[in-house]
Amino acid sequence: MPSLTDIQQLVNGVQKGDKRSIARTISIIENNEPEAQKIISLLYPKTGKAHILGITGPPGAGKSTLIEKLVKEMRNRGKTVGVVAVDPTSPFSGGAFLGDRVRMQDLSLDPGVYIRSMATRSHPGGLSKATKDAARVLDASGKDVVIVETVGAGQSEVEVVKVAHTILVVLAPGLGDDIQAIKAGQMEIGDIFVVNKADRENANKAMSDIEAMLEMASEKSGWKPLVVKTSALTGEGIAELLERIDEHIKYLKTGAIEERRKERIENELVEALTQKITESIVNELKQKGEWNKLSQKILSRETDPYSAADKLLEKQLKTTRKR
Amino acid sequence: MSKKQKERKIRVVIAKPGLDSHDRGAKIVARALRDAGMEVIYTGLRQTPEQIVETALQEDVDVIGLSILSGAHSTLFPRIMELLKKKGLNDVLVFAGGIIPQEDIRVLKKIGIKQVFGPGTPTTTLVEFVKKNTPKRGI
Repeated sequence: MPSLTDIQQLVNGVQKGDKRSIARTISIIENNEPEAQKIISLLYPKTGKAHILGITGPPGAGKSTLIEKLVKEMRNRGKTVGVVAVDPTSPFSGGAFLGDRVRMQDLSLDPGVYIRSMATRSHPGGLSKATKDAARVLDASGKDVVIVETVGAGQSEVEVVKVAHTILVVLAPGLGDDIQAIKAGQMEIGDIFVVNKADRENANKAMSDIEAMLEMASEKSGWKPLVVKTSALTGEGIAELLERIDEHIKYLKTGAIEERRKERIENELVEALTQKITESIVNELKQKGEWNKLSQKILSRETDPYSAADKLLEKQLKTTRKR
Repeated sequence: MSKKQKERKIRVVIAKPGLDSHDRGAKIVARALRDAGMEVIYTGLRQTPEQIVETALQEDVDVIGLSILSGAHSTLFPRIMELLKKKGLNDVLVFAGGIIPQEDIRVLKKIGIKQVFGPGTPTTTLVEFVKKNTPKRGI
């Protein structure tokens, strides 16, 4: 066991696929500890090899159980897999109950699989940053596939799944209104739609509903979303789902992946820039003791947040120019 | 950001080693710790010592809570402690709960189980215990 006090050692451990090193590294990133940025910059050149699979869908659709079956099938085909499973943090206590592992018990002792549960927390820089970086650590550790699982509720979680190269939206028959509910967010991001729990009644109806809806959607970027029926319980459709994922990978290789990557990197750069500028301005104000004064001014309606922000930015730009 | 938010989240694994299939107690403990602001990973039933230690390692937890009612604690707990040591997880706080006789508790404490809680323990006692005994760590 390497001593974990040294960043370089930690990074070396990650690259060798040492699970303890991976675990500690993800914690450092998740807690946004001072070493986080250095670690990411050291690992970054080693990333970009894994296929990142995003899995989202309403609670109870069977995502975790499906992932267990998918991972087993991937392992049969000789692939190593990392999983990042995201569950919500309670807005009241700040705590979280992370239960995705319960459905993935059979995978816990497989040396070719690493599973990490993450809570949504109120991450500095956003949930998408922490999850993206965790996926990056698993990528750098040499995993062939990295799966990111989230409950697809809310904007930030849709963002999370957007780190993926291929996005699966998992649905189940009988959830009633879910077809309606997903219209706005998830229906637009899925590359492959999975109707899970195919052993239940109405699976065919759910499938044709989705197909009908996809017919109406305008086709973007040359990929027509596929619909696959699976039963994580019986294993039905799992092999077919993997074929479909492979089809999507093939499509990505025709050039689409470069486009996706570029778009994502640009978004990430904007996010990082936003975060850094904000932090530097806010920290300076706090150090000078001006932060409270400013918020008081806004509270007393002397100024408004937008005008205050304009002024701050102007001031910042002036001082930078002087330097 | 308030000081409280800056504190590192305590991560806990609540595990059910052995073959008994009664996890009401484990779930109550999991919930109490969650409500106290911790991140609780639940393993599900019938876990082997190997599975529990591997989960603790991959999830990088600070605390492991073991719940057992089957009477197999004197076989399973030493194995768990041994594996933790082998994997280098020496700084993890381990506590247990369930039906465990007094004379066994002494032995379990000797092998590194910090505390054993019996039926009727108020969840507040447990939360205080975890908060007080969770080890600080560097990177």
